[in-house]
Amino acid sequence: MSSANAPDLTRDDGRTRREAVVRLVFFVCAVLSVLTTIGIVLTLLSDSVAFFAEVSPVQFLTGTSWSPANDPVNFGVLPLVTGTLVITIGAAAVALPIGLLTAIYLSEYASDRARSVLKPALEVLAGVPTVIYGYFALVYVTPALATIFPTIDTFNALSASLIVGIMIIPMVSSISEDAMSAVPDSLRNASYGLGATKFTVSTSVVVPASVSGIASSFILALSRAIGETMAVTIAAGNTPRLVDLTDPAGVFLNSIQTMTAAMVQLGASDVTGQSIAYKSLFAVGLTLFVITFAMNLVSEWIASRYREEYR
Amino acid sequence: MTQQNVTTSESDDDSSTASPEPGSGIASNGTAEAETTTTRSVIESRNLDVYYGEERALQEIDIEIPAEKVTAIIGPSGCGKSTFLRCINRMNDLVDSARVEGELLFEGKNVYDADVDPVALRRRIGMVFQAPNPFPKSIYDNVAYGLRVQDDTENLDERVETALRRAALWDEVNDRLDESALDLSGGQQQRLCIARAIAPDPDVLLMDEPASALDPVATSQIEDLIEELAQDYTVVIVTHNMQQAARISDKTAVFLTGGELVEFDDTSVVFENPEHQRVEDYITGKFG
Amino acid sequence: MATDTRDSTSFERVSRAKDIAFEYLTLGATLLGIVALAVLLSYVAVDAVGWLNWQFLTSPPHPMPEKAGIFPALVGSIFLMLLIALITFPLGVGAAVYLEEYAPDSRLTKFIQLNIANLAGVPSVVYGLLGLGLFVQLVSLGYGSLLVAGFTISLLILPIVIISAQEAIQSVPDSMRQASYGMGATKWQTIKNVVLPESLPGILTGTILALGRAIGETAPLIMIGAPTTVFGVPNGPLAKISAMPMQIYTWAEYPDKAFQHGVLAAGVVTLLVVLLSINSIAILIRNRYQTQS
Ligand SMILES: Nc1ncnc2c1ncn2[C@@H]1O[C@H](COP(=O)(O)OP(=O)(O)OP(=O)(O)O)[C@@H](O)[C@H]1O
Ligand SMILES: [Mg+2]
Repeated sequence: MSSANAPDLTRDDGRTRREAVVRLVFFVCAVLSVLTTIGIVLTLLSDSVAFFAEVSPVQFLTGTSWSPANDPVNFGVLPLVTGTLVITIGAAAVALPIGLLTAIYLSEYASDRARSVLKPALEVLAGVPTVIYGYFALVYVTPALATIFPTIDTFNALSASLIVGIMIIPMVSSISEDAMSAVPDSLRNASYGLGATKFTVSTSVVVPASVSGIASSFILALSRAIGETMAVTIAAGNTPRLVDLTDPAGVFLNSIQTMTAAMVQLGASDVTGQSIAYKSLFAVGLTLFVITFAMNLVSEWIASRYREEYR
Repeated sequence: MTQQNVTTSESDDDSSTASPEPGSGIASNGTAEAETTTTRSVIESRNLDVYYGEERALQEIDIEIPAEKVTAIIGPSGCGKSTFLRCINRMNDLVDSARVEGELLFEGKNVYDADVDPVALRRRIGMVFQAPNPFPKSIYDNVAYGLRVQDDTENLDERVETALRRAALWDEVNDRLDESALDLSGGQQQRLCIARAIAPDPDVLLMDEPASALDPVATSQIEDLIEELAQDYTVVIVTHNMQQAARISDKTAVFLTGGELVEFDDTSVVFENPEHQRVEDYITGKFG
Repeated sequence: MATDTRDSTSFERVSRAKDIAFEYLTLGATLLGIVALAVLLSYVAVDAVGWLNWQFLTSPPHPMPEKAGIFPALVGSIFLMLLIALITFPLGVGAAVYLEEYAPDSRLTKFIQLNIANLAGVPSVVYGLLGLGLFVQLVSLGYGSLLVAGFTISLLILPIVIISAQEAIQSVPDSMRQASYGMGATKWQTIKNVVLPESLPGILTGTILALGRAIGETAPLIMIGAPTTVFGVPNGPLAKISAMPMQIYTWAEYPDKAFQHGVLAAGVVTLLVVLLSINSIAILIRNRYQTQS
């Protein structure tokens, strides 16, 4: 009698195969992201290798003059690296303190209603295309700065770094705020219970407890400033200059060129696939990629540690 | 296939199964006489162990669940009731850390054999969950879901209606079948989930505390429904509610902490004259 | 005899000056960026008055500011966006479904996930180089063509689409999946009938927001050799295209005041309005489905 009832529970081959095909299709989609990374690395490497066959890496990394297109050609990346550094430091001086204070306000002080207005408004800051920020810096910020610093160039590092600073505020504030919100209330209550004020709780409990999230946000924001392209191209100009540390004011008030701006300049000119100038584009790109990728990895690593902390 | 209750039951075989129609509410009121015992068993476990990672959640469970009866599983929280239930239709496959040893036979076939497709198995064994979980679709689409995924859409309207009628929901929803199931009350949602489970006409219905999220009125509706369904289905129900188990089940299995099956017998025996002191303590509320 | 000068039944108030000052400081910091942007936006809006008109929207670029228009760039941007949507939506959802529903808890999965997070942080100009090296040089799809631009920017926003789609899929309650599996549905049936319909609004919102990011991208277009000036509407996938941010960048190089405070402002406002419309659609979808469930 059990045989009459014996269920047929065996696999349906057609169904099993269909399921496997579907799974494979989704897998391929996911693997595409890995292929993208490989594609980036291979593209950058292949032309960089060709470049370094003609220009030695030492010359590239230590040379103090950058003039890829006009005679005499020089392929020293240092002026571009220092130019990027200037922008990054300027932007950090704006975005890190402001972003951190913003995160503290949102996480510790703001009412739910204030938060629901302020957070989307901050997202808007991150959503405006960078080419528009470049236009703002060039057309509105620089003339305004000229009333304070009459010697300022039309293209200058100051307005570019201010505007880059503004655009990366949300990056600092949102990741830091996430970290601060993850701090358990029990820690805050312990401090309040000892008679602490909100100021003390914020600065001596919440910030220290979320320090790895804050650090992660800082690194990510700096990486973003390093890779920022259009705003600095439009506002800071195209003057590759090694930074003159004896004249800090001049550094910010004059035109410079970042790695990204140099890439845009080369990309927009008519360099062809065979020329060394074209290949130098990829060498600079590789440098930029390595720097930002390393920073992103470090940021991700720190962030994953704070995620472990409170769970 | 073995038919005797080798493990636990006191063999009070009496052949009072003259009426081929069990069910019909006779199990209620704790009728002292055991109605039936010598029925076919649909689900049978042998030496069943379940682990979550290193932790053992069930140990050496031997049980035979009779066809077209209501079998209740009771026991304190964390003793493995849900785990056992989820073994029967291999829902535990979805838990990465879960591992099963031993045999679980469904109609004589070990469902953990390599050639068994859990999807095919679940099409024969329906399940109702603790909290109502209707899909955010229309009432009709919810009930039709199982039939559609099984590509069995002949007479769909009719079968949806039948399932809703048997789940005692038809009268309440027949004029709004295309409205969202999420607009139903909790009790209606749970009856909808029952209709959804029985629409493809499975052999067995597993229910994991189906009434625990409901108020008393909805609970008693569900209980009535389960007694109805036991006329055609084998029902295995996990419950925390001792009265509920006593009211609606024919057989009761008592699991105790540590994941062991301590007693399995006719419900009346378990509640009135349990073999083990620990079971009596649990039932009378001395612990658990 | 104790000479206790403190009145033991009343409490001295702890000074709140520092506390209040700090609150205002943090509030000020929060508002600073927002206010700065608001001021800049109002400037550009004022500048655009008189320049942003029907003639501007429907004319091709022109060396004379009064005759200059943004039409080819506007159309180019819209074509580009549609192409990007067609590419990124299926690929992004597919990757997210794999990672959320199929992927085992393995090293490969962790690697893919980390890789996606990192790709989201790669500077857009580097994606431009990928497009240049891969699509222009290697596959020869042509400098500055619609296809190359679409592929390049698609790769750029794909990580964002994947991450937001993953979040949407994660928010589908597990009880839904259990119900479906319990009915004997296969994995694909469960995904198709339950998971995707439930997460679709979230996926759409995320994709549309990512498209907003795509429409403002300039650096990749420059790197793949998009032309600075295009007079017509693209007539095929290999046609050279312009896009609004590209046109704005080109105009920004004209020192003429009528361009800087006129044409350019009109272009910026046009781009912002298109961007705003896209984001409003995303927010509408989000709100509509949020209130429903
Ligand atoms: N997914 C899981 N992963 C790890 N351990 C689990 C998992 N599910 C259950 N367990 C463990 O297995 C044991 C049995 O759990 P189970 O859910 O079967 O108990 P239960 O009897 O249904 O309890 P309750 O009455 O509270 O529902 C418990 O110790 C529980 O912690
Ligand atoms: Mg349970």
